[in-house]
Amino acid sequence: MSSKTPKLDELEKGPWPSFVKEMKRAAARNASAKDLLGQMELSYEEKMGHWKHGGVVGVKGYGAGVIGRYSDVPEKFPNVAAFHTIRVNQPSGWFYTTKALRKICDIWEKYGSGLSNFHGATGDIILLGTTTENIQPCFDELVDEAGFDLGGSASVLRTPSACIGPARCEYACIDTLDLCNDITHTYQNYLHRPHWAYKFKVKIAGCPNDCVASIARSDLAIIGTWKDVLRIDPEEVRHYAGQGLDIERDVVRECPTEALAWDDSAKRLMIKPDDCVRCMHCINEMPKALRPGLETGATILIGGKAPLVKGARLCWVIVPFMALESPYSNLKNLMEKIWDWWDEHARSRERIGELIERLSLPAFLKGVGLEACPEMIMEPRANAFIF
Amino acid sequence: MAKVTDIGPPDFRTMIPPVIAKNYGKWKYHERLRPGLLKHVAESGDALYTVRAASPRLLDIGTVRDLCDLADKYCDGHLRFTSRHNIEFLLVDPDKIEPLVRDVKALGFPVGGTGRCLTNIVHTQGWLHCHTTATDGSGVVKAIMDELFDYFENEKLPAYTRIALACCGNMCGAIHCSDVAIVGTHTRPPTRIDDAHFAAWCEIPTTLASCPTGAISRHPAAKSVRIEAEKCMYCGNCFTVCPALPIADPEHDGVAIFVGGKVSNAKTRPRFSRLAIPWLPNNPPRWPEVVEAVKNIIDVYSRKARRGERMGDWIDRIGWPSFFRVTGIPFTDKHIDDFLGGLSTYRTTTQFKISQKGDHHGQSDHSRDRTENP
Repeated sequence: MSSKTPKLDELEKGPWPSFVKEMKRAAARNASAKDLLGQMELSYEEKMGHWKHGGVVGVKGYGAGVIGRYSDVPEKFPNVAAFHTIRVNQPSGWFYTTKALRKICDIWEKYGSGLSNFHGATGDIILLGTTTENIQPCFDELVDEAGFDLGGSASVLRTPSACIGPARCEYACIDTLDLCNDITHTYQNYLHRPHWAYKFKVKIAGCPNDCVASIARSDLAIIGTWKDVLRIDPEEVRHYAGQGLDIERDVVRECPTEALAWDDSAKRLMIKPDDCVRCMHCINEMPKALRPGLETGATILIGGKAPLVKGARLCWVIVPFMALESPYSNLKNLMEKIWDWWDEHARSRERIGELIERLSLPAFLKGVGLEACPEMIMEPRANAFIF
Repeated sequence: MAKVTDIGPPDFRTMIPPVIAKNYGKWKYHERLRPGLLKHVAESGDALYTVRAASPRLLDIGTVRDLCDLADKYCDGHLRFTSRHNIEFLLVDPDKIEPLVRDVKALGFPVGGTGRCLTNIVHTQGWLHCHTTATDGSGVVKAIMDELFDYFENEKLPAYTRIALACCGNMCGAIHCSDVAIVGTHTRPPTRIDDAHFAAWCEIPTTLASCPTGAISRHPAAKSVRIEAEKCMYCGNCFTVCPALPIADPEHDGVAIFVGGKVSNAKTRPRFSRLAIPWLPNNPPRWPEVVEAVKNIIDVYSRKARRGERMGDWIDRIGWPSFFRVTGIPFTDKHIDDFLGGLSTYRTTTQFKISQKGDHHGQSDHSRDRTENP
């Protein structure tokens, strides 16, 4: 018998793990996964998608967390006529016990296609494909039996996410996981019920390496840093030199602010603390010998987003250094002021960064009670239109 | 209805293994023992080994259960995922590393992706589950990673290299600061306007306001809108708010490739990726043109860049004219930014390397590599 999915079959070959194998594994058990495979093959033949535009579905009491999805060829693939996504809020740092994961699998086997993403772009577990009727019972069991809840969608606080932080990383300058967990729980109402003009994403990185890409992928980026001097273990520095690391070439000359000096005869590394901008380069090169300082906190940045509508934006600095200790009242206070100001002034589908561009950074600073400081800008204005 | 709502996610403290609970916030240093294997050492002297494996992001629950079986067998019932769809197994006993790696590979999941390996591609849903997409996600990624597989398993790159893919300009993955960013692009305006359904599905003011170039105007006779093709930049934002303006076009949709972005603050600043190739066709199931283009960029970067130099740092050093020369990618007027803020990208200095195109005497472009006897 010839295969019904000759194009997709091609993608079962090769060394990289195959999503088609995953689809077929689900299709062997589930009728909607089988129709998904068929519709995907059709997309591969026709070079276009076959999903209709949106649709409002959800669970009682929430306005977010479920994305409606309907096939535009339901006559061919009736089992994906309705094939909605459920976003499930991941635990901070994407840690799981197998018990918790198996529970989610059991519930999803009962109510959905059996296909999932670990994880979606914002950080949620994505349960891919269920019917309108199954959404509520699936949610009920996720909450009552698995202890999981929905993530964000639409004009809400999107599911916050964080790097692995102090759970496994010596660079972590803040407790990313506790902060992420705390913010997520504190603002459940903002996460599940659309209050705002558009989405608001928060990401938390433990150090300036920014492994969760917070500076590009969130409206509010919280990035761990320190304000004293990085720590040097002279013995371990000599050890790296002894093992063949060219400290002069690969560490000292690569420092963006010439804050380091290397005495090759004495095998000594020296730092001028005032010149260091805490970029992490030297620490990344010699993690055994160099560590962030001890007076740690975070830099708070705002305004990052993807291209639509007026182009992509990177976050920019609004608080150079903020100490962050549980229960994080200083940060929450600032976040709430930002949301209030945004809510007051934003047009429909206007992200916070776009609003600040429209009304100006000074207007934003005044609105949320922050004082202007030179860390906020790369350079002062060159024009004379000062008003 | 659920007995309670708004319970939020489970506390991560109920999910982490005991060795992490014990040494939380007290890690001292780490080593990359080999591709896909990390060792973290705590102040207490405890060591934690991490085995990193790639996933295709789309997982059947049968596979999730297989992964759980391995985590039960080797990791006391704990595992985690990374922000780039990798799976991480956390081990205390180093003797378990080799048998675990064997079992993970037997499941079909390669081990690697750490340090100067190429890591997993973050990507969006594509044709699998999205309505605004201009290309597929999983298929393009699979085809590229099959070709670049060696880079995942071996530390062969000059520095961290992040490839990311978004199926349209909505860019759910916010991939615009990646070393190589692959973006689904439309190249034609929405021409099949569904006048019959416009009034039922769309609001005129919202639709007009959605257009960043003011290309949409009212069409009262049809109780619909019209789009001025010359002004349209095919962003698809109007379709996002109005289903009656479908923009997908099988022959003219494709992908653009951007290069040189990064998010880390290490050494140089975070920066956007910049356009290298404006359009390549959708050619499923294996997108040969896209695979070839990405492989070429990665191969050239890998040969030419210095140790520790990210793609963008390398391009900064050699200059964009040299980038286009050494990669053989043609430079076109599409590379010149004509959108908001484009002016800031125009060159306002006489410091540059002269390309063949830029040399109006048309003399052949000679190598400008440094030699001892120029």
